[in-house]
Amino acid sequence: MTSRTTFLAATACVAALSALGTTPARANDELLKLQTTSGQWAIPAGNYSSQRYSDLKQINTSTAKNLRPVWTFSTGVLRGHEGGPLVIGDRMFISTPYPNKVFALDLNKSEGEPGRIVWSYEPRQDPNVIPVMCCDTVNRGVAYGNGLIFLHQADTTLVALDEKTGKVVWSVKDDNPGKGATGTSAPLVVKDKVLVGVSGGEFGVQGHMTAYNIKDGSVAWRAYSEGPDDQIKFDPATTISMGKPVGPNSSLKTWQGDQWKIGGGATWGWISYDPALNLVYYGSGNPSTWNPTQRPGDNKWSLSVFARDADTGVAKWVYQMTPHDQWDYDGVNEMILADLPVHGKPTKALVHFDRNGFAYALDRTDGKLLEAEKFDPKVNWATHVDLTTGVPEVVSQYAPGDQGADHNTKGVCPAALGSKDEQPAAYSPITHMFYVPTNHVCMDYEPFKVSYTAGQPYVGATLSMFPPAGDSNLGNFIAYDVNTGKIAWSDPEMFSVWSGALATAGGVVAYGTLDGRLKVVDAKNGKLLYSFKTPSGIIGNVNTYTFGGKQYLAVLSGVGGWAGIGMAAGLSEDTAGLGAVGAYKQLSNYTQLGGVLTVFAVSN
Amino acid sequence: MKTCIEFRRASLLAFAIFALHAAPALAADPPPYTVKDGDKVDMGTYKGFLYYGDECARCHGPGGAGSSYAPALVDSLKHLDKQEFEETVINGKKEVNTASDKVMPSFGLNQDVAENLDNIYAYLKARSDGMLGRGHPEHLEP
Repeated sequence: MTSRTTFLAATACVAALSALGTTPARANDELLKLQTTSGQWAIPAGNYSSQRYSDLKQINTSTAKNLRPVWTFSTGVLRGHEGGPLVIGDRMFISTPYPNKVFALDLNKSEGEPGRIVWSYEPRQDPNVIPVMCCDTVNRGVAYGNGLIFLHQADTTLVALDEKTGKVVWSVKDDNPGKGATGTSAPLVVKDKVLVGVSGGEFGVQGHMTAYNIKDGSVAWRAYSEGPDDQIKFDPATTISMGKPVGPNSSLKTWQGDQWKIGGGATWGWISYDPALNLVYYGSGNPSTWNPTQRPGDNKWSLSVFARDADTGVAKWVYQMTPHDQWDYDGVNEMILADLPVHGKPTKALVHFDRNGFAYALDRTDGKLLEAEKFDPKVNWATHVDLTTGVPEVVSQYAPGDQGADHNTKGVCPAALGSKDEQPAAYSPITHMFYVPTNHVCMDYEPFKVSYTAGQPYVGATLSMFPPAGDSNLGNFIAYDVNTGKIAWSDPEMFSVWSGALATAGGVVAYGTLDGRLKVVDAKNGKLLYSFKTPSGIIGNVNTYTFGGKQYLAVLSGVGGWAGIGMAAGLSEDTAGLGAVGAYKQLSNYTQLGGVLTVFAVSN
Repeated sequence: MKTCIEFRRASLLAFAIFALHAAPALAADPPPYTVKDGDKVDMGTYKGFLYYGDECARCHGPGGAGSSYAPALVDSLKHLDKQEFEETVINGKKEVNTASDKVMPSFGLNQDVAENLDNIYAYLKARSDGMLGRGHPEHLEP
């Protein structure tokens, strides 16, 4: 029944596309234009470079104090709301955590107010997928291309909806939630394809990035994060790592036996694209299990940055940031593409703030490693990264694998949730600064042996998390200068900053806080210009757009996600001897659940 | 369903009050854990701490304290008996309606959980009884 409907829908879609005379290249051309059109937000990260930057100036250092919430919208869903709204023309598109509703909202006023629901979509999914999602049932937003809205559902179904009506045009199942594979990430439309990654590093999936043809949902290419060369789409002679061809079996030889088959390397983060180089960039997650003693080897290519040909999926270059993970330092955070000076030299750079606490700058044309510096001074698991070999100098005292299984390795910084998690940073080409939402959390980590059962957790470590010794703040919002490799300014936050940032030509930067505040600060020095407490904690990304000549900020509230795990009672007890008794307050005293969109503008 | 749970709670409460009055005669079963010096526990409880962290903490939070999407087990074990606890872990649980999307998976086929069910219960019971803090406990010699 389902497949028949899908088939019919797909046929209808092809007919519709032919009628419009749409060719595959058009999607790319339209998006290429939209991503740089002032006042639009057509790509999850704002533009293909994932800069989360807008050239709008109406909200600026002088006017920000006059910001006011102007309209709101409840999604009717309680769990963690990551991602952010897309705005194309007079429509806004938002998605929710499971059950993954999608709303198309009208920006035109209806009865005097914007926000009328033009259409909504709610898929039918087996609720058994809910507990297989690692850290809440989040969804990081929809993608647009060729008149279609693409939703990556919890059960890994990728569905193409007609942008005008919300009708299903085609849908395809990306992977099997019965084995722990789930969908949380935002897709990215590149040319005539839509790319989507998979979640499930805690369930022993074999992570992959898959490109589907927009016209009918057929697979164009699929590239796994680990496995034989044909599966990972590596050419032993031409795929480069640290300046050299990777050679044959670059992944297989770093795993014991066939452990790579359940090796993790999920691809649940963000995807970037450089149209000039025709390369897509993304990172891979933790190797499974979290117990390093159970999976000897470098476990390539987990915790790596991939640069792949957008048409074929073949890897041009790859760089593994954290060989043989012992901390759950996923490498999936956004890859920000920027042309900027690195140590004074103009560079076509890829800049990446990794979970492991290092900010990496690479030449995005060939993957040459240019810089790797700590963006939180408390990072202690490695002293530095050798720029020649690319390998971090691990401090044995903080390496659970060195300390062995059944030993509690104490005081490792950062914690598993990283100095920064998926919450994307912003880059301003005006200030050349990166604005980074960060976590300021350390951990004790005890690995132990676990068995693999398909669809069951495959973790193998127990963690306790707490703020760094002597500190009471669990987060910082920082400005980081890649040219010098230094933090320019840092605003301490009571809780982890789990919201995507926005930078604008108005000289302001906006982000949300876990206790629910939308904050606008001065890009130069981090000075607070505006703050408003939204109905729930913010783990969504702040986006901006114009409509009717007015600039708006829009953000989803709705606390949850991994950040929500510590919500009920805090990450650890005040009495646990942290030197900051009482400083660590429970998030539940500040905010409760509930998905709400809040839109802000400067009052006249 | 709700009425049923509340009825059961009420009966438990009634039983508890009765038990309290009759306490001297009805000595309770010994607790399934040993805690010494505040944070030293028997090997079973220690394994329970580890496997709780492995299998359960991702939803039920550190130390059974709950999360934004799963209940605090330190509270649940005040009214669930061991059999109910085991049934829930083995069979899972679903509360899916307009107001809730809580689903607990079945751990019946999970070897690590099956082998450590008593241990996980002992750890959570020690937490629920207020005998053990949330941090990483030490283990007494096996």
